[in-house]
Amino acid sequence: MSGGVDSTVAALLLKQKGYDVIGIFMKNWDDTDDNGVCTATEDYEDVVRVCGQIGIPYYAVNFEKQYWDRVFTYFLEEYKAGRTPNPDVMCNKEIKFKAFLDHALSLGADYVATGHYARVAEDAETGKTLMLRAADQNKDQTYFLNQLAQDQIAKVLFPLGDLEKPEVREIAREHHLATANKKDSTGICFIGERNFKEFLSQYLPANRGEIRTVDGEFKGWHDGLMYYTNGQRQGLGIGGPGGPWFVCGKDLAHNVLYVAPGADHPALYSQGLIAEKINWFSGEPKDSVFHCTAKFRYRQKDRPVMVHVLENGKLEVVFDNLEWAITPGQAVVFYDGEVCLGGATIATVLNPGTDASIDFVDSAPL
Amino acid sequence: MDPIYLDHAATSPIDPQVLEIMIDTYKKVIGNPESIHSFGRQARKVVDDARHEIAKSIGARSREIVFTSGGTEGDNMAIIGAARARQALGKHIITTDVEHHAVFRACEYLASCGFSIDYLHVDASGRISLEELEEKLREDTILVSVMYGNNEVGTLQPIREIAHLLADHQALFHTDAVQAFGTVDMDVKDTPIDLLSMSGHKINGPKGIGFLYVRDSVSLAPITHGGDQERKRRAGTHNVPAIAGLGEAVALVRANLTDRINTCLKLRRIMLDDLTAEGANFQVNGNPEHFLPQVLNLYFPGVAIESLLTRLDLEGVAASSGSACTAGSVEPSHVLSAMFGSDAPETRSSLRLSFGVENTEDEIHRAAQILAKTVRALSTTGKAGEIK
Repeated sequence: MSGGVDSTVAALLLKQKGYDVIGIFMKNWDDTDDNGVCTATEDYEDVVRVCGQIGIPYYAVNFEKQYWDRVFTYFLEEYKAGRTPNPDVMCNKEIKFKAFLDHALSLGADYVATGHYARVAEDAETGKTLMLRAADQNKDQTYFLNQLAQDQIAKVLFPLGDLEKPEVREIAREHHLATANKKDSTGICFIGERNFKEFLSQYLPANRGEIRTVDGEFKGWHDGLMYYTNGQRQGLGIGGPGGPWFVCGKDLAHNVLYVAPGADHPALYSQGLIAEKINWFSGEPKDSVFHCTAKFRYRQKDRPVMVHVLENGKLEVVFDNLEWAITPGQAVVFYDGEVCLGGATIATVLNPGTDASIDFVDSAPL
Repeated sequence: MDPIYLDHAATSPIDPQVLEIMIDTYKKVIGNPESIHSFGRQARKVVDDARHEIAKSIGARSREIVFTSGGTEGDNMAIIGAARARQALGKHIITTDVEHHAVFRACEYLASCGFSIDYLHVDASGRISLEELEEKLREDTILVSVMYGNNEVGTLQPIREIAHLLADHQALFHTDAVQAFGTVDMDVKDTPIDLLSMSGHKINGPKGIGFLYVRDSVSLAPITHGGDQERKRRAGTHNVPAIAGLGEAVALVRANLTDRINTCLKLRRIMLDDLTAEGANFQVNGNPEHFLPQVLNLYFPGVAIESLLTRLDLEGVAASSGSACTAGSVEPSHVLSAMFGSDAPETRSSLRLSFGVENTEDEIHRAAQILAKTVRALSTTGKAGEIK
């Protein structure tokens, strides 16, 4: 339980259904300031209050070390490698549905439940657990859950999977739960409301470098490649004729940030991608080439794609239509109707729609 | 099955006799002991009687007892009050690595005010050495604060020896006796302690009340400012019913000290014997000779303490470990870190059981069963239940 409205209502619903529910708060990050205050304190206070209201015992568990070793280290490594990591995906894979699941099982739990918007169901044919989209398409979080293994999701309950977010708030209000009107958390949990650039600069050295157009023209200076991601428009500090300018690639070897003029510039579009670190929820696909839909970012509408399972264990994903600002390090997640098949990490963007011979980091050796 | 309370070092249930006296006082004594009318005199008598009873229990004089809100206030009053009153004599203070936070943080505060603090190390059993104290003692040392008995591992410090060592030195000797009072016979007449703090709720007395013994010759700068209560040492209206309850609780301890000690020793023995009989893999943390009978700190190799505490609670056994941080998670104990080193496995896998006089032998047998079973389950689930 995070102290937010979603996990609170998840706990309440399970309790109402007759489950023997235990609330657990995870402390994953130490941001204790000089006054000994940490943001986890306030969230824990909320957990204490709502568990008291629901009438369930609550405990806290500390995963700071695991989070640092398995999520934050990955987060920094990815930025160092010029990619844009997705710590939420890694947190689900390594912490919420691993360290936490292990902890819950060691306490004798049969399942762990979270306030994620997603559904699980048993496949009548195979007996395996399927991952399904949430009923609330707008809140569906299967994108972030794409790296969970079969034995992980087999132990999971998602009580909010059939609900719309406004219904969840309404349930919380009906029961006068203390977190009913609490604001949803946004952004990366360990950065919170802080300035992203400032945060990252505490951990990684920033190397100033040139910003060039896809035609090779010098446009200005960037503060360090890690601060930019494909498709980014804000914060480039460049103007002039031909804009607005969008980030369309990075040359890590020469520390150059490439920009393209206008959102419709071909350099921002691509025809496909290569993905690695593949996870299929319910086993390998039957065919090595198949058509399905995919998301390349959270909350994006599904896009039609052709998936090729390569012999080197990676995936080649060919888009039916050109796609905009595909970003290495982010997840690509596959769907067959309501079923979320699995996902992978975007390694390389294929055929950026430009003739410029830019040595994009995206095209670094696989 | 009713849950079993084995966390008396955190706080203890109130004795029914104490509660009765408090309720009676709440009902019948309405005055302020500082008032000059009959109501005031009635309240004053309650406070004085309690003070007399308490003074007797440690061989002190009535005027040497200052009522406080409990251990934390007593520790702060003693340490900060002594430091402020004596800073002309020096700014050096000695304490230990295993103190309660009430002492630690009062000392840290003084460090931020320009005092210099030295911390005595402890051995693996949690005891300081007199040699180190002698080494660290300086001409300008104004205060030495060493806890009587440790709240986490139960180790008793050589209080008498320290007191005698300091008898000819300008440094005052303060001891935090919060955990030890109730199962240790203490006497400030033959042990020259200058300041001794205790708290009511650890001895089946009321919460929010305690006392600080201040030797007659010692003057403290007050840390709260207001009325002239407690000979200007502690401003604020007396909590008369709680003081009455504290007096009664102390009187009961005094009358039953041997029984209290023997009960705890017996419960402790049962726990250890049962765990051994169950084949549990454990070691006792603390000093095998100098220990508080009610505190039993056990190291279970390979068992994650957060899982152990949670499971025990779910099974109906209330125990404890280290201290919780403000976000609820268990922080490694500074006491075990001081004894074993901060990276030692003991700091992550040790459990504190603390017994009380109302615990029954049957409860301890049951608790030992549950504990042994849980430890067994946790030493294996780490592998069996793990998700790849």
